[in-house]
Amino acid sequence: MVSYILRRVLLTIPLMAIVALFVFSLLYIAPGDPAAVIAGDQASPADVERIRQSLGLDRPFLVQFGTWFWRILHFDLGTSIFTNLPVASLIAQRIEPTLSLMTLTLVLSLLAAVPLGVLAAWKAGGWVDRAIMAFAVSAFSLPVFVVGYILAYVFALEFEWLPVQGYSPLANGFWPWLQNLILPSVALGCVYIALIARITRASMLEVLQQDYIRTARAKGLGLRSVLFVHALKNAAVPIVTVIGIGVALLIGGAVVTESVFAIPGLGRLTVDAILRRDYPVIQGIVLMFSFLYTLVNLMVDVTYTLIDPRIRY
Amino acid sequence: MTVSATSSAPVPPGLVVAQRLPDLLLPVKVRRGVFGFLRNNPTIAIGGLLLLGLVFIGIFAPYLGTVDPTALAPAKRTRPPSADFWFGTDALGRDIYSRVLYGTRVSLTVGISVAVLATLGGLAIGLVSGFVRWTDTIIMRFMDGLMSIPPILLAVALMALTRGSVGNVIMAITVAEVPRVSRLVRGVVLSLREQAYVDAAVAAGTRTPMIILRHILPNTLAPMLVQATYVCASAMIVESILSFIGAGTPPTIPSWGNIMAEGRALWQVKPFIVFFPAAFLSVTVLAVNLLGDGLRDALDPRMAKGL
Repeated sequence: MVSYILRRVLLTIPLMAIVALFVFSLLYIAPGDPAAVIAGDQASPADVERIRQSLGLDRPFLVQFGTWFWRILHFDLGTSIFTNLPVASLIAQRIEPTLSLMTLTLVLSLLAAVPLGVLAAWKAGGWVDRAIMAFAVSAFSLPVFVVGYILAYVFALEFEWLPVQGYSPLANGFWPWLQNLILPSVALGCVYIALIARITRASMLEVLQQDYIRTARAKGLGLRSVLFVHALKNAAVPIVTVIGIGVALLIGGAVVTESVFAIPGLGRLTVDAILRRDYPVIQGIVLMFSFLYTLVNLMVDVTYTLIDPRIRY
Repeated sequence: MTVSATSSAPVPPGLVVAQRLPDLLLPVKVRRGVFGFLRNNPTIAIGGLLLLGLVFIGIFAPYLGTVDPTALAPAKRTRPPSADFWFGTDALGRDIYSRVLYGTRVSLTVGISVAVLATLGGLAIGLVSGFVRWTDTIIMRFMDGLMSIPPILLAVALMALTRGSVGNVIMAITVAEVPRVSRLVRGVVLSLREQAYVDAAVAAGTRTPMIILRHILPNTLAPMLVQATYVCASAMIVESILSFIGAGTPPTIPSWGNIMAEGRALWQVKPFIVFFPAAFLSVTVLAVNLLGDGLRDALDPRMAKGL
């Protein structure tokens, strides 16, 4: 198992290098000259040239990539063109709300989606199954900001149960934190719940037809034990895989959700950076999220060995 | 010894009459023709009809009681829905009904273009990767790298590079979708290569391009068609998200994402500005998803029970 995990970790390194190369070349070919932007409107061509040299922008592509990559490895993501602050510290300032939102969404979604999927598979063909699948298709079709606005309108504006917008750091107490995050998390989680519920149902349906399920029932095991222990454990690999892949949806959705609910997180930073064409910031955010996504999927691969002892590459 | 109970002859003494068993397989009513197909697959019918309606709206937007969707009317700002302004007016006095109807064009154009381009691109890459073995590792490592970037972020990064235009939005989303499609095609190709009829074709001396054209390509069509509908739905959502955060279709073009982005500041007091484009977007995506689910069930009966 240790060698499997080690191999998976080692495989991640070239993957991240490809991502880094891609992100770097994206911004290498970016229109506009960062040197000219920094120098401002009043600068002479000589000034611009001097800044370009000081930034190393006159050197060949691979040399620039090498120095850039070396700095990345030391957690130096460059400097924002607009605020002149290090990108790493900009990200560090904004990361708490985003991570809070994503974690809470993940937890809520799993708590809702897996039981829903199991229930749908157990009652396959019945009206419960149809209702859950109809919900899944609709939730899959509703863009995250649409769900966000509906939820905010109903629960914040009409009933005034929860705050409409904003964020309260975890340091200011758990309850305000949760109150502010519950609507964004449900909005963001809708697609994710639909995705996981569907795959849980599909995977469970396959497992429930197996002989050992009939054996377990025949020897008198309770329904709950059969469904959640025998069946779910054997159906878990595709479910865990989709949970990992779906994190990409969460990351993309978080950017929008934060805009809808005015949460000062990485999503807002992204939107601001796009509007100002602040390339180093965009670069840093894309790299950071890609790293996070790769890390989650690495964890998923490791989880396989825990769920299914047969997996030993 | 038993005899069937269906024989009408009197049962000779000493024989036992077998019990008449119920039919194990219920008779399936065979429906033929296009309408029979649609009746068997109601999701395709519903999704297809909705989508046809939306295509109709998109094409005939200028003749459906709309006015110029970009015409400003400062005196008639943020009017609620009424007989004059069916969906109300936005912060600049533009008619939301007209803007939403014209917005159908943007969403459908982006969705369908991305579906076609990403499918063709993914098909080409997947076929090469599945058939030319030495390229497989290189291509798939590169695709893995691209897939490690969440698609919306990849599209956002690409849009940050270029001017906002519908063409650029289509290109950015296509690049973000291609890796997934090519992975699917490669998987299908790899499993098809093992089929006996491909071996037979190779043994008969058929050249590789002909094998691909005759034996591989037709078999990738069904999964591709289903995948294309999902790509289409996802592309329409990504387009609206890009426009919503200001990195998509230029604000001069009425797209659903743009209308919502403009209504965002006012949504607590004038929710109708956001509501109508949101409803149209949701219904459109739902229609495409229904079509996709229906096609999947109809084209691949083995999958019908799953997902």
